[in-house]
Amino acid sequence: MQDPSATSAPFNPSTPSPPVILVATRKGAWLVHGDAERRRWRLDGPHFLGHIINHLMLDPRDGRTLLAAAKTGHLGPTVFRSTDLGATWREAARPPAFAKAADGNGRAVDHTFWLTPGHPSEPGCWYAGTSPQGLFRSEDGGDTWTPFSPIHDDPHYLRWMGTVQDGTPDGPKLHSIQIDPRDPAHLYFAMSGGGVHESCDGGKSFAPLLKGLEVVEGFDVADPTFHDPHCVRISPANPDRLYQQNHCGIYRLDRPGDTWVRIGRAMPAEVGDIGFPMVAHPRDPDRAWVFPMDGQTVWPRTSPDGKPAVYTTRDGGESWQRLDAGLPREQAWWTVKRQAMNADALDPVGLYFGTTSGELWASTDEGANWTCIARHLPEIYAVEPAHPAPEAGNR
Amino acid sequence: MNVLIPTPLLDYTRQSPVAAHGATLAEVLADLDARYPGIRFRIIDEQNRMRPHVRFFVNGRAVHELTHTLTETDELAIVQALSGG
Repeated sequence: MQDPSATSAPFNPSTPSPPVILVATRKGAWLVHGDAERRRWRLDGPHFLGHIINHLMLDPRDGRTLLAAAKTGHLGPTVFRSTDLGATWREAARPPAFAKAADGNGRAVDHTFWLTPGHPSEPGCWYAGTSPQGLFRSEDGGDTWTPFSPIHDDPHYLRWMGTVQDGTPDGPKLHSIQIDPRDPAHLYFAMSGGGVHESCDGGKSFAPLLKGLEVVEGFDVADPTFHDPHCVRISPANPDRLYQQNHCGIYRLDRPGDTWVRIGRAMPAEVGDIGFPMVAHPRDPDRAWVFPMDGQTVWPRTSPDGKPAVYTTRDGGESWQRLDAGLPREQAWWTVKRQAMNADALDPVGLYFGTTSGELWASTDEGANWTCIARHLPEIYAVEPAHPAPEAGNR
Repeated sequence: MNVLIPTPLLDYTRQSPVAAHGATLAEVLADLDARYPGIRFRIIDEQNRMRPHVRFFVNGRAVHELTHTLTETDELAIVQALSGG
């Protein structure tokens, strides 16, 4: 955590362009262009119709490079790259892949799940998290990828990662790659399952960051294997603060402390604090949003009682308020996946989420009121508001 | 030899069949990848394993080894299941 004075935001909040919402789905990707008032929206797509797109990200450092993590039916995984906001795409020359094992029994990437642009001081650097759990880095804008850090060969990490028997239904994942905006060598990632991990030396070593987190009753809380972080976000407004939506609740961690606090205890008991996405406010470190889901008994993974709502905290998790104006009042049995809710950089903040039923919802007043801006899309996997460079083109 | 390309891989070749050369299945796939960069990784993983639901047929008979020998008159068919929802 060196050079704390070198704070550098990934975009310039004072002059962000109208947002483009990057929507990754089970059957392709869409770019949803908003006007300056965020009142009118225009769908550009589908891109990659029929391909599974797990994540679509714009490089905030150049405002024009898009990366798409793709898998196609039974074909192997790849990454597509565009430098003209999706007008044309080119496949990565070397997608994320594990090193070849001498005995031929090594792991193989099933799909790239998570994409994170690198630190502003490292243009062209990107990180990728995969299923099964792997951490990869590109230094050429996503064209070639190499295994990153020793975790792939570390016997502890390999044990903590578990097997496909231990992972999420479509495979165990490495996700939530978070870069400290003050220090490119300070990064975090999370594994489902396998816990939250931190590196302070540019990925040469990682260590678990689990104190205070709960696990399912009956399992060893000291063993990272049993930890299932769903989404971890570093606060852009205070990078010493992390928020986490976990299989076992909502947490906050304030560094240099190392003990997570279960702030989800303050959620209404009838709603609970289980969910997948976690969103931190771009300018207010005490403000965050979650999207609770029904995590009772067999885990229906629907909105609790069929009544979807975003919950927000304005005090770092001491209290939570329900935000459901404009959302269905009843009989809405969808939910929101871990990458499918995020904030733009405008003031007031725009929030966006995509549903498992293919609807894209937007709020231009920090969650107070919601409008459905697209429906009938495939199951939405990821929603990333982006602010392209003006010269990147508006297709 | 002629190589039949399944529809999910036509983004690479734009046509089927295509010509490729090599004395083994591995060599033919390497030749295909040189002509159509990226195509091999979609069907063979980084451990040199055939990906699940991808099969190779030579003159109508299934082959399971990348070391399988081939001649120029053989016909190779790459087949990919379209199962799923």
